[in-house]
Amino acid sequence: MTMLDTPLTGRIEGPAGPAHSADHAHASPTPIGFWIYLMSDCIIFGCLFATYAVLGYGYAGGPAPHDLFEPGFVAWETALLLFSSITFGIAMLRAEAHDLKGTTLWLIVTGLLGLGFIAMEIYEFNHLIHIGAGPDRSAFLSSFFVLVGTHGLHVTGGLIWLVTLTIQLNWKGLTSANMQRLSTLSMFWHFLDLVWIGVFSFVYLVRLV
Amino acid sequence: MATEHVQPAEVWTPIFGRLTLDWIPYHEPILVGTFGAIVLGGLILLAILTKYRLWVPLWKDWITTIDHKKIGIMYMILGFIMFIRGFADALMMRAQQAMAAGGAEGYLPPHHFDQVFTAHGVIMIFFVAMAFVTGIMNYVMPAQIGARDVAFPFLNNFSFWMTVAGALLVNISLFVGEFARVGWLAFPPLSGSDFSTGPGVDYYLWSLQIAGVGTTLSGINLVATIFKMRAPGMKLFDMPVFTWTTLCTNVLIVAAFPVLTATLALLTLDRYLGTHFFTNDMGGNAMMYVNLIWIWGHPEVYILIIPIFGVFSEIVSTFSGKPLFGYKTMVWATACIMVLSFVVWLHHFFTMGSGANVNTFFGITTMIIAVPTGVKIFNWLFTMYKGRVRFEVPMLWTVGFLVTFTIGGMTGVLLAVPPVDFQLHNTLFLVAHFHNVIIGGVVFGVMAAVTFWWPKAFGFKLDDRWGKRSFWFWCIGFYFAFMPLYALGLMGVTRRMNAYMDSAWQIYFIVAAFGAGLIALGIASTFIGFFVSIKNRKALACGPDPWNGRTLEWAMQSPPAPYNFPQEVHVRGRDEWWRMKQEGFQWSEIYEPIHMPKNTATGVLIAAFALVLGFAMVWYIWWLAIVSFLACLAIGIAHTFNYNRDYWIPESDVAKHEQKGALA
Amino acid sequence: MLRRLKLPPLLLAVLALSGCQYDVLNPSGWVALEQRNLLIISTLLMLIVIIPVLIMSVYFPWKYRARREDQSDYDPEFEHSTSLEVVIWGVPILIVAALGIYTYIYTHRLDPYKPIEHLSAEDAIEVQAVSLDWKWLFIYPQFGVASVNELAIPAGRQVEFKLSSSTVMNTLSIPALGGMVYSMAGMQTKLHLVADHEGVYQGRSAHYSGPGFSQMTFETQAMSDQDFAAWVSNAKGVETPLTRASYLELEAPTIAAPVSYYSDVEDGLFQRIVGLCVQDGKVCMGDMMMQDMQGGGGLEGLGNGAAYEYDRYRRIDGFGNPIPFDPASEGESHGHGHDDMSMNEDNKTAHPSDAAKEYAQNGY
Repeated sequence: MTMLDTPLTGRIEGPAGPAHSADHAHASPTPIGFWIYLMSDCIIFGCLFATYAVLGYGYAGGPAPHDLFEPGFVAWETALLLFSSITFGIAMLRAEAHDLKGTTLWLIVTGLLGLGFIAMEIYEFNHLIHIGAGPDRSAFLSSFFVLVGTHGLHVTGGLIWLVTLTIQLNWKGLTSANMQRLSTLSMFWHFLDLVWIGVFSFVYLVRLV
Repeated sequence: MATEHVQPAEVWTPIFGRLTLDWIPYHEPILVGTFGAIVLGGLILLAILTKYRLWVPLWKDWITTIDHKKIGIMYMILGFIMFIRGFADALMMRAQQAMAAGGAEGYLPPHHFDQVFTAHGVIMIFFVAMAFVTGIMNYVMPAQIGARDVAFPFLNNFSFWMTVAGALLVNISLFVGEFARVGWLAFPPLSGSDFSTGPGVDYYLWSLQIAGVGTTLSGINLVATIFKMRAPGMKLFDMPVFTWTTLCTNVLIVAAFPVLTATLALLTLDRYLGTHFFTNDMGGNAMMYVNLIWIWGHPEVYILIIPIFGVFSEIVSTFSGKPLFGYKTMVWATACIMVLSFVVWLHHFFTMGSGANVNTFFGITTMIIAVPTGVKIFNWLFTMYKGRVRFEVPMLWTVGFLVTFTIGGMTGVLLAVPPVDFQLHNTLFLVAHFHNVIIGGVVFGVMAAVTFWWPKAFGFKLDDRWGKRSFWFWCIGFYFAFMPLYALGLMGVTRRMNAYMDSAWQIYFIVAAFGAGLIALGIASTFIGFFVSIKNRKALACGPDPWNGRTLEWAMQSPPAPYNFPQEVHVRGRDEWWRMKQEGFQWSEIYEPIHMPKNTATGVLIAAFALVLGFAMVWYIWWLAIVSFLACLAIGIAHTFNYNRDYWIPESDVAKHEQKGALA
Repeated sequence: MLRRLKLPPLLLAVLALSGCQYDVLNPSGWVALEQRNLLIISTLLMLIVIIPVLIMSVYFPWKYRARREDQSDYDPEFEHSTSLEVVIWGVPILIVAALGIYTYIYTHRLDPYKPIEHLSAEDAIEVQAVSLDWKWLFIYPQFGVASVNELAIPAGRQVEFKLSSSTVMNTLSIPALGGMVYSMAGMQTKLHLVADHEGVYQGRSAHYSGPGFSQMTFETQAMSDQDFAAWVSNAKGVETPLTRASYLELEAPTIAAPVSYYSDVEDGLFQRIVGLCVQDGKVCMGDMMMQDMQGGGGLEGLGNGAAYEYDRYRRIDGFGNPIPFDPASEGESHGHGHDDMSMNEDNKTAHPSDAAKEYAQNGY
């Protein structure tokens, strides 16, 4: 939201106007707007979790989680994403210290970790489809693919955002507009991490124990 | 073979996907006629635009605008255009059912009739009622809280164009292929890929999905606006009731529409990837769809009606010359309805075999909603009590609403009693009930709102006589159209039949069709009223506050300047404008530059490619889908590279605007 | 006001036109009668508040019109009154509480899954009702006969319906006897009804189900025990038995199918219909669920998906014609298998000969 839209008020870069205009009395609506968006996204995930809870035991004579999931693999995937959250946090700290180089560097590390996560997920999906356990084999696999895949699509979206913003940071510098964008992306990134913890627990962990 | 007709064969080519010439319905005279009329109308419009050189102003001042007022007006125009389409569907159904009795087939075969009732429902809810309600909220709410615009002006423009894209996709289905024949909620397995093999359900899914993006973003936008953009000093409990209802509605949108998005996405995957969410086999569960869609669907009806409660609150207090009776009760009642609307969804399918305890629970929660709703009605009544009620047209609609909606509420509670619902479920009684609350509530409310805020938007009032004619045709027409359906429902007559054997029912259907004809006259009166008023705008011109209003939107000029208020308003309590007037308020003549966002074409461009994407997905034209998706993405990203999105209106311009307003 | 004058005469006229057809208000079965009574009780309860509201909605705007002569009662500050607020919250709450109690009692008493209390359970007639595209199949397991689009029941004895569907959702609705319940494929729902006296009552599917929906009607003939016995023996007399094969033939979509009878219903047919396993080589839902509860079919189960497939053998087009499905050409239909696995662009059109073979094998 912060990327696409300049909020009406708040810290915006524009042509110089009179200082301390009354128009700037409002705090920026972006954090709350984005937070509301995340809540609505949360509800989408909630529906998909509920679907998985209802349909996740319908194997239709096909494989069950313990036939398909490898705990070690998923643990690595999880580690990548969790570390990417930490590195994003470091990037934020560097940005607040006005260190553009450091910010860029840590954003790139974050992006690479995210990319690794996505690559692992694509590998897993490809493997499952290859052995015939695609989303059309059973309701369990349908709900698994869609829940995990939706999270994966969000991470992919986050990666595109991250690349775009990294370019913009190096183009315009750590301006107030860019700082707002960065903190909004960080909300998004941590949110995805949180959702993944849910996925990891309810999709993989609980079903393997 | 069930019929002599067959669907075009399933072929797929890389360039056109599954779209073949067989899918163009040139053999259907009704559709060819409609198409001809639309093309002719379109050409005339193009000629007018070209002749009066309106292309550039149209693009600069309207299509790319981020002004909440203009976007609000465009939502209303979309609503009225789609209303004509949806109402044409209604007339076709009424005519068919008036004819097809006792073995007669009427003029619409099931294949066509079933598309008509599906399209009627989808269009009226998503593209008429939603468009109207969103338009009113967009126009009025920011003004009521003393803001210059919504929190995210570009998103507002984008949301609108996404809604338009969805509406266009539905209309394209008229002339290319077919629309869904599954009812407005598309229950699987019927809407699954095996029992609805054509592109109809895909049109349904993609148009709702595209419009849904717009609705969700608009919901987020308006919630953020209310939380962050209120004029200094305005506490939550100083907000006008319409703003409160806008808040509740948009919270509902943000909480409920994601459920629709997820549900439709799952059905889409069932149809495109062969997943098994709602199939009969392989572990799928169609009842889950029914639950999910109603978890969205029930809040949806409150999304439509809650802002209308706000509209009537403003109108009743304005035309009674009194503050609203029980303001706090009203707010809490709205909040109650908002929360309760999430725990009643199962009352839409008591007959699906849930146990007695579950049914009792959902039946009683539904009845509980009637309490805050009833309280609201009493609040409006006691607002008139000891007032000075002026019978202007908006007030007529309000009284019509109070009577009609109360009857609709009563039949609604009847349907909430599970054993009664066992008999009346899926009958015309149900159809009569929800039209009773949607027409008596939402449509009357929208008509009242249009009459009430029209002078604010355009600087002149609507013609009184045509407004009254419209009201009486609508009101009497409604009772003629739907009381027979209540009666038919009590005979156990089922909805969605394109023909029936019992010719004793026919007379009721004929009366209903007559009622629909009266409503048609009401709609015609509305449009004639617009036309006549625009023609006589000089004579009908009025000041900025023609009704002696109470809330801040009446402090703006009529029509308002782009920045709404020349200076920031400091709010000290409820009905601030009323207080300001009593204190003899005048705007200062010392102006400052005002900071505003710039127009942008990004919204309309992304929406245009989203429309192409939807069309390509419907017809399996994969290359076009990929290209248009990448285009959406690229335009969105390119937009983020534009840091120069706002400008200052210099004080000289503000002064010019204000002088012009003072003269008007 | 004009509007209010118009309404009651219209309703009266409507009622006068045909008093006897009001199946819901003038029912012929105990269940419908109880439901009707509850409808009237609820309406009366609500009228306690509805009538004053309707009167006030018209009286207040008239009484407090701006043009009235004596405006001394105008009170521009009147916006709150605790006693009024108590009344406007209190009265609706009391009414809803009363309505809630009635709802609880009646919902439990009229639970369609429960046998009707005052009628003997031993005497009950069991009817297995299956909604097909677009007709009703009624199987009488106690008598071994079945009928299409005609329901015969002995008056005065309770009927226990077991409902299922071959493809999409429908509801079994006989308004003169009582409320409806959904029939859904792969599931069994229940409904108990009784006809208090002999007569012919209209029944139909009341949930939209596709092109033949409007004609998906049947007559319910409530008859004396002797007549019912005669009806059964008449059905036994027809030569066509209802076997798995003839069921699959019957299941093919038709519109406005004529009434027909089947003698000698194959044992366990209804259970197979509910289990989606009438066709040879299909695993029944019940067995599938058992297997899934024990952890599914493992990786070995990946190859035998076809044994669990049901819907795609029943594809129809928009006019209700069956579309043959050929499992041999997986990529044929774009509705399916569009993952990386089965993306097979060359196989877009079905081979007519193969399709016809499949069509024959599957019954339609």
